[in-house]
Order: sequence, then structure tokens, then C-alpha cells
Amino acid sequence: MGRNKEKQWPYYLIFLGVFLIFPFSLFQYTKYILFLVNMTAIGVIGALGLNILTGYTGLISLGQAAFMGVGAYTVAILSTRVGLPLWVNLPAAGVVTTFVGIMVGTPSLRLKGFYLAMSTLAAEFLLEYVFKNWESMTQGIQGLFITPPQIFGMPINNDRVFYFLSVTLAILGVIGTRNLFRTNVGRAFIAIRDRDIAAELIGIDVFKYKLVSFAISSFYAGVAGGLWCYYMTIINPEAFQLSISIDYVAMIIVGGMGTLWGSVYGAAFVVLLPEAIQRIMEVLQPVLHMEYTFAAFKQIVFGFIIVVFLIFEPKGLSEIFSRLGNKISNLRRKEDRIARGPRE
Amino acid sequence: MDLLIQVLIAGITIGSIYSLIAIGVVLIFKSSGVINFAQGSMVMVGAFITYALVVQFKIPILISLLLAFLISGVMGMIIERSVLRYLTGASLISIIMVTLGISYVLDGGALATWGSSNFTFPKLFPSFSIQLGGIKVSSIYLWSFLTSMALLVIFLLFFKYSKMGLSMRAAADNQKVAVVLGISSKKVLSLTWIISSAVATAGGILLASVSALHVNLSYIGLIVFPVVILGGLDSIAGAAVGGLIVGVLEAISGVYIAPLLGGAFQQVAAFAFLLIILLIKPYGLFGTKEIERL
Repeated sequence: MGRNKEKQWPYYLIFLGVFLIFPFSLFQYTKYILFLVNMTAIGVIGALGLNILTGYTGLISLGQAAFMGVGAYTVAILSTRVGLPLWVNLPAAGVVTTFVGIMVGTPSLRLKGFYLAMSTLAAEFLLEYVFKNWESMTQGIQGLFITPPQIFGMPINNDRVFYFLSVTLAILGVIGTRNLFRTNVGRAFIAIRDRDIAAELIGIDVFKYKLVSFAISSFYAGVAGGLWCYYMTIINPEAFQLSISIDYVAMIIVGGMGTLWGSVYGAAFVVLLPEAIQRIMEVLQPVLHMEYTFAAFKQIVFGFIIVVFLIFEPKGLSEIFSRLGNKISNLRRKEDRIARGPRE
Repeated sequence: MDLLIQVLIAGITIGSIYSLIAIGVVLIFKSSGVINFAQGSMVMVGAFITYALVVQFKIPILISLLLAFLISGVMGMIIERSVLRYLTGASLISIIMVTLGISYVLDGGALATWGSSNFTFPKLFPSFSIQLGGIKVSSIYLWSFLTSMALLVIFLLFFKYSKMGLSMRAAADNQKVAVVLGISSKKVLSLTWIISSAVATAGGILLASVSALHVNLSYIGLIVFPVVILGGLDSIAGAAVGGLIVGVLEAISGVYIAPLLGGAFQQVAAFAFLLIILLIKPYGLFGTKEIERL
């Protein structure tokens, strides 16, 4: 905030250096760690999209996974049927999903609150049904296979190469979202969230901006879904179920609704939590031997954490971090003061 | 023609169970404004508790039914006391997510305890069959229809005449005024959750008797949302009617529409119908329009 322009570039350089060196600096479990980073990056893009819609504009959506599915199927169909390259497919995934989002959004925007949540829930189920049953396009529950894409003739077929694609896009997503909320469009979203009637009174076209929010959010979801498709190289309807939509809502709630970094923290949290639970379960496995323990335990812990967050920290991780940051800077200021000696 | 009648009977039976479960959602919404996404899990857990009591502990049926209602009532009270009380007046998305969180915990708990296999639910009702218009109707359909309808009537009477029912309605209508009139809103909320949870158990028992007992039974909690929207979020009679409509609609689309579209269209028919309804009437068929002021 207070930092001036000249002083910022060293930070950017350090960040760039870390970004470039990171995938080569790992000694062990490289593939696994990069896998987690890639999944988080995809999650960040999807969560940013949902946060724009829900966190900033106040429109609840339970259909994020279905929109991601639209993007993923767009990529899969374009690359297998038409054979288009990645740099066409990913934007196309975003654009197609935007159109689907507008199609779902237009009738839904007369609705508010619970009724809107219900119409997005209906959209989730209907899109899932389409994925399952439009077999000529989607191959139904069998799913579609794609070959790994190429950039500049280089196949993106391992986690390290994919890292550069996914993390770059996630960073672009973060920058794009940050800049969005410096424009009048973003400010209009926030005004609508805070009080839609008041927003209308000060001359904001509520319907138009709600639709724009739906469109931008769907674009993010489509790109995230497309990336997911490229990363997994196989997609089936199961990957875009309601529970995945709920994961995304959990991301923005745990991370922090209507905050930029909340999407990042939340995505990392929701991606890493099951992994952490799995590791713990593996350690505990000799003690407990039950067949379904992992799935069940994961569900219980996940649900419990959501409940705990909503009761004790409704503003999410970003609030916790900013509070911690304040504490640290307060401490530092205090130390400075002590070092400088008592003021006269 | 025979097929149509059979389809209608099946639809009405399932629909009456939907009505019963939807009432639980409506009750909680009416008294606290909370939309309970955990209702389906409460239904499933209720059915499993009954199963455990009857089959695993071998307690006589009547006693185990009473015990099941008691246990699930306590469960409802614990949910209200330990979670929802802290979220009074929270935003809608928080409420949705917190009840989803509760449903994850319940589902996970059931999965850990009973695993993910199918169980045949014990026969709790004496079985017989009657002829209806030349079609044999098995007793389980009749029992579930009759039980649902009986419970519906009991609830309607409860809210119309009993003191507790009236105070619950008062608290739902205007909490502040209700408190001024000497109604303890905490007590009312606890009672709502107890009743709603017990109703969910009743629904679960009927549902498991008609189909089978499985952890995925909690999916029913999502199907009842089209029902409550159709009937209006705050109307018990509406929920009853909505349940029957959705049940029949599902049965009909399962037989007549699914073959045309392919796949299990009946599973999403309610949601397709819901979208159409919301397009025409944004607050549902019988819902009251919310008037907003600055």
C-alpha cells in the first residue's frame, strides 16, 4: 500500500525468481508436490471466478463445477474432434462457458438469495445430466480421452511443464481480478452486493452488472475446467458433480469471501486438506482398520472445518492472516520504538 | 391405462414421503429462517438408527421406533444448540454452507459406521395387498401414504390449535414481538429442530421401506427443495401438495419422458420443473413475494 513504485520491482524480481526456480529446487516427492501445486492453481482460477460472483456480487451459485465441466468438455471436444491447439482451446473454453453462464444467468437473475441458489442447483443437475447423456458428444460416463497439448512444439505431459502453464494462468487470474475491482464494473458489483436497491438508486444497471458478473465468473470457471481437462487428459461427468461445486463454495468461505487472496488461500486449503488427512490416515492405518474410514473421515473433517470456520471465523483465512500480519507489524513497530529509545 | 394408474400410485406414494420430509424443511424455515441442507442427511441417519435398533440390537419394533424418534430428536437439538444458535442472523450463504457442513459430518459418520452397502430395511408394517381399480397395491405403499397423510394432518392441527404450535408460528412471524409476548424463542427453536428431526426419521423409515437403505439416501434432501419451492417455503399445506406434485411428476417422467431423452431423466425432472416454475413465478407457486425496503 504505502510502498512507492520504484521500490516494487525488486519484489517482482524475487517473485519471478522463486516462480522459475521452484519446480527445480525440490529434492524429494517432486512429482507429488508439483501435482498439488497444479491442482491448487486450477482451484485458484475456479475459486476466483466463484468469488467474483458470490463474494463480490453477492450471487450464490451452486453450479461452479458444472460450469467447469462445460469448459472441460469444450476443450476435450475441440482438441479431439477438431484438433485445435491449446492457445485456441483454452480461450474457447472460457467463451463457451461464458455463453452457457449467460444462458443460465439470464433467467436466474430475477431471482434472489435462496431462489437463485436453487436455480443454480438445478442448472448443476441438468448440466450433469447433459454430460452423462449426450453420448455422441461427451461419451457419457465412459468419458473422453485427450492427448497432452503442445506449446511451441513442446508437449505438456509432465507436472513440471504443466506447472508453468497453470501457475502462470492462476497469477494472471489474480491480477485480472485485482484490476477488475479497480474499475467501475468491479465497484458496481460490490455496490450490488452491499445493497442492490441502493445500487439501482445511484444509477447502476443492476441486471446488466449481475449478468456481467455471471459472464466473468463463468469465463474463469471455463478456463479452470479446460486446464483441468488438459491436466487429467481424461474427463467424465463424475468430476463435475455437486460435491465439487460445494468444494468451491467451501474454498471461498474458508479463504474469505470478497477478498482477492481469500480465493488463493481457500483453494490451497481445500486441495491440501484431503491430502493431509490421507497422510494422517496412512500413519493411523495400523491402528484403525476399517474399510471406508478414509472417505468417511475426510467427509467428517471437511464438514467439521466448514462449520468451525463459519462459527468462529466467518471472514475466513484471509482475515486470520491479515490479523497476524498486523500483529507482526505492530510488534516490529514496537521493537523499532524500543531500539530508538524513549521519545522526548 | 393400467400402467398410468400404477405410475400415479407409485408417484403419490413417493410424493407423500417427499411431503413429509419437506415439512421438516418448512418447519425449520418458518421458525428460524434457516434453510436446512442437512435434512436429507437427517432422514438417512434416522433410517439407519431405526435399522440399527431393530436389526442390530433386536429391540421390539414399537420400542425401537420410539427410541429412534427420541435419539433423532436429541440429535436435532444438539445441531441447533451447538451450531445454528451461533449463526442467528448470518448471511444466507453461511447458513447454506453450515448446514451442508453438518450434512457432511452426518453422512461421513453414517459411512464410517455402516459402510456403503445396501441394507434391506426390516418390515415394520404388517403386509397385505388390496385391489384398487383392478391393480394390486402392495401394503408398503399404502402404509407410507397413510402415515404421511396422518402426520400431515397432525401437524396442521398442531399449528392451528395447540399452544406450542401457536407460539412457534408467532415466533416465526415476528421474533421480537413473540419474545415480548413471553414466548421463549430459544425453546421454540429447540423444539422445532427436535420435531423436524423426528419427522425426518419418520420419512427415512418410510423411504427405506419403499426403496432400500443406503448412505446415498441423503440425496433426498436435495429433491425436497423443488418441493418446498413449489409449495412455498413457509407453507405446510403447500409442502404437502408440492410433494405429491413432484412425486407424480417424477414417476410420469420416469416412464414417459426418460425413454425419449435417454438416461435417468426422472432424477432431474424435479429440477427441470423447478427451473420452469421459477421462470414464470420467481417465488414459487404458492410462495409469498418478499417485499424489500431500503
